Amino acid sequence: MENTKIGHHISERFNVELEDIRNKVLMMGGLVERQIELAIEAYTSGNMELAEQVIKQDNEVDELEIQIDHECTQILALRQPTAFDLRLLITVIKIIHEIERVGDKAERIAEMAIKLAGAENKLSHYELEHMAVLVKGMLHDALDAFARMTLDDVPAITALDINVDREYDSIMRQLITRMMEDPRNITRTLDVLWTVRALERIGDHACYICEHIVYMIKGEDVRHLSQEELEKRVKFK
Amino acid sequence: MSEHTRTHAIDMSSVLRDKGNENHQHETCIRVKDLNLFYGEKQALHGINMEMPKQKVTAFIGPSGCGKSTLLRCINRMNDLVDSARIEGQILLDNENIYDKSVNVAALRRRVGMVFQKPNPFPKSIFENVAYGLRIQGINDKRILEETVENSLRGAALWDEMKDRLNDNALGMSGGQQQRLVIARAIAIEPEVLLLDEPASALDPISTLKIEELINELKEKYTIVIVTHNMQQAARVSDYTAFMYMGELIEMGTTSELFTNPVKKQTEDYITGRYG
Repeated sequence: MENTKIGHHISERFNVELEDIRNKVLMMGGLVERQIELAIEAYTSGNMELAEQVIKQDNEVDELEIQIDHECTQILALRQPTAFDLRLLITVIKIIHEIERVGDKAERIAEMAIKLAGAENKLSHYELEHMAVLVKGMLHDALDAFARMTLDDVPAITALDINVDREYDSIMRQLITRMMEDPRNITRTLDVLWTVRALERIGDHACYICEHIVYMIKGEDVRHLSQEELEKRVKFK
Repeated sequence: MSEHTRTHAIDMSSVLRDKGNENHQHETCIRVKDLNLFYGEKQALHGINMEMPKQKVTAFIGPSGCGKSTLLRCINRMNDLVDSARIEGQILLDNENIYDKSVNVAALRRRVGMVFQKPNPFPKSIFENVAYGLRIQGINDKRILEETVENSLRGAALWDEMKDRLNDNALGMSGGQQQRLVIARAIAIEPEVLLLDEPASALDPISTLKIEELINELKEKYTIVIVTHNMQQAARVSDYTAFMYMGELIEMGTTSELFTNPVKKQTEDYITGRYG
């Protein structure tokens, strides 16, 4: 996919290098999305092979992170990029860090899947799956915004984080209740809690990715702002 | 998509403010007002309006023929020497129009020194090169001359290298040393403004860095305006950058803003190496 924001350099090779980096970021994002999917499936179905696969796949993600980081450093050193090109590279360096963290969270869920397998897991999977769909969608849309290099969907993505937090709180209440009912549940319930927590963090990382994209497109730092303020800044031309 | 950028009136009050530091307004040293310049029939500068703050470095960048050297040369009336050049508008130095009839051009050039792309030392000793400006003002007191030469050479980061060779012919120095000598000669007469026209483009990277370092030191005392083709150099040495294209000022802003987040597409295309 040709992207007008990346192309049109007098140096054709520079276009190719940037395009290559962008594709690798998307590849890395794709891998991690798949990791979340598999991890949740492993968790709900108790399929150990899937869980192992997720853990193994994390190496690929880590490798891509290192590779992309290296390529960005090369370009910074050799081409001294400016303006959008500079912001693009800075953003990529930050985004791949977020993606890598998401990969770690997926790995965590897979580990919990292995730990909890066979245990009587009283929490309905329905709520957990619902939350997973939500954060996976956020991540997907954030990466899509990066691919298309537009901010159109960004406020909608970050707005979803409130829903994620709400679901997190609600599951949390259930887990606490269960622990209070019978202290023998505590160990296991904590493992479920780590899983839910990992999902909640994936939502946060998706939001951070969005913030980095705003910097890339507009050159404006919108980190640590309220949703309201972020919307205002994104819409302001 | 053609973003038309005839920016005859750039709001300088917004430009000359450091971002995030709104109260920090700089005093203006040079103010260019509706400046048009013609070489014969051909118009080389179109309605330029800009302000250059005192004791800051302002860089002009832009492709060849965009008018940046022409504009620089207007600031000490070097274009007076070009027969076909005709100027409209004003350039105010400390609120005085330098194109006013009452202005003594020689006196103006004492206030506004200039250094060119190729170092142009006189075929004289190092000492006499630096003392030249004082001598033509009729100052011949040996003590004053020696003091000024030392201070100027120190100011140009040349004293330690040259203090034992003051009587050597300046033409025997390296290109980088010659360029710093010319800067020493310029600051010997204590100007207010230093105009640098591609001062490092003929120098090797080390000499270039020395000149850049020097510029950084000189701005404590002088207002500096530099024309450069080397964008990284502009980014490194200047506080403010003006991008010019086809005789127009397209955009001017703090250097950090202009190089990370330019407002105009033309600027972006130029600094990122794109064809517009």
